[in-house]
Amino acid sequence: MSAAATTLGLTGDEWLAIGLTAELAALTTVILLVVSAPLAWWLARSRSRWGQVVAALVSLPLVLPPTVIGFYLLLVLGPQGAVGGTLERLGLHHLAFSFTGILIGSIIYSLPFAVQPLREAFAAIDPRVLDAAATLRASAWDRFFSVVLPLSRGGVLTAVVITFAHTVGEFGVIAMLGGNIAGETRVVSIAIYDHTQALEYAAAHRLSAVLLGFSFVTLLAFYAINQRVMSPVKPQ
Amino acid sequence: MLRMVRFFAIAAVFVGLIAVARAETARVAAASDLKFAFDELKPVFERNHPPHRLELIMGSSGKFLQQIENGAPFDVFFSADVSMPRRLVNSGKAIAPVTPYAVGRIVLWSTRVDASKLTLNDLARPEFRKVAIASPEHAPYGARAKEALKAAGVWTAVESRLVLGETISHAAQLVDMQAADVGVIALSLALSEPLRRKGGHALIPDTLHQPLEQAWVITHHGRHNVAARAFTAFMGTTQARQVMRRYGFLLPGEKTE
Repeated sequence: MSAAATTLGLTGDEWLAIGLTAELAALTTVILLVVSAPLAWWLARSRSRWGQVVAALVSLPLVLPPTVIGFYLLLVLGPQGAVGGTLERLGLHHLAFSFTGILIGSIIYSLPFAVQPLREAFAAIDPRVLDAAATLRASAWDRFFSVVLPLSRGGVLTAVVITFAHTVGEFGVIAMLGGNIAGETRVVSIAIYDHTQALEYAAAHRLSAVLLGFSFVTLLAFYAINQRVMSPVKPQ
Repeated sequence: MLRMVRFFAIAAVFVGLIAVARAETARVAAASDLKFAFDELKPVFERNHPPHRLELIMGSSGKFLQQIENGAPFDVFFSADVSMPRRLVNSGKAIAPVTPYAVGRIVLWSTRVDASKLTLNDLARPEFRKVAIASPEHAPYGARAKEALKAAGVWTAVESRLVLGETISHAAQLVDMQAADVGVIALSLALSEPLRRKGGHALIPDTLHQPLEQAWVITHHGRHNVAARAFTAFMGTTQARQVMRRYGFLLPGEKTE
């Protein structure tokens, strides 16, 4: 129907959706790694009785329907919401139907997928190794970057891949919060839904095939690399 | 005093420039019965009105109403009814006037059987295991379909076999994929190139339901958008009206034959 130029069999609009999805997933992954690392560390090490409460809160997005998350976020980030309303009063724009809005949604939605693998990896680290490093006068930062991270590389890799892939596969939160705006909130999953509803099956097929291929290749690469990374280091 | 005047004059020009510079793309939220007509009108409009561009977003009128009330950045809303644009004007989310642009019709459509021979009363027959309509809750075409089924006296017979599409084009998709045996869809969709090839349709008498009068409104967000104004004006031209007529819409100022 549209006379838009095609590259590799996909139209400009479809590339726009793919680029937007990649941007959303990449930003979500980077932000979640930074946010999740201290949180996962605390969850893995803390004896606080708040640990269980925080663990339950972090895991909520695993159980909640995405529509619930999307609905609450729409209320909070929209023009009448606590966050959106405050922004409007400051002369800024509310966050519903914007890229920032769906980025916040994605971060919340994928939070457990980043925290869980990191937490397991951190918990598996022998505290004596850290004590030894401390005795050798390694600073806290140094211990984290030279000891903790290398020892938990499998967990970090899992967190990165699963968070990225999970964000690419996100639909419900963005459907509630996004508003289907090209280049802003129309990610691939939304574009597919839109195409099927508009009876544009060819376009729906093309984008679905892209997602299917991406998901399979990602998981395949993940399992291949993971086997190598997770296996104990042996002298060659 | 003079300095004040000059300041305001400069400010006005500046605001005007921003409006002109920013308003070359209009985001049009349009009811999905307009899908094929607007796909055809978009390139014509863009060719006739450079540098204006349209970004079409198709969906159910009810969803657009909710999204615009929550601050969605659409510039103009082409609803499948008149009451939703009015509600937006009343709540200050859209700018009067609410302008009628077409009257739609509903039809029976099927890719399984020849629907051109069917009437609503036939839907009571058990061979139609699933009947697709748009959601009466948030799609005006669904609400009118429900009224027509009730008026024809088959609602109770059909109700348990209904499948609801989110939009009228979703209802058409359910029939197209034969997830439903027959559906009540928009005439504008049944007359479209891809659907016309797949099945016949039977017009549902418009005496069985409230008229499907459809109106557009400029949203508060789009109040300075020049492209949105240009597009709504374009909808009144002979060229646009001819396209709309081809999709079975009755236009303002015209009468049913």
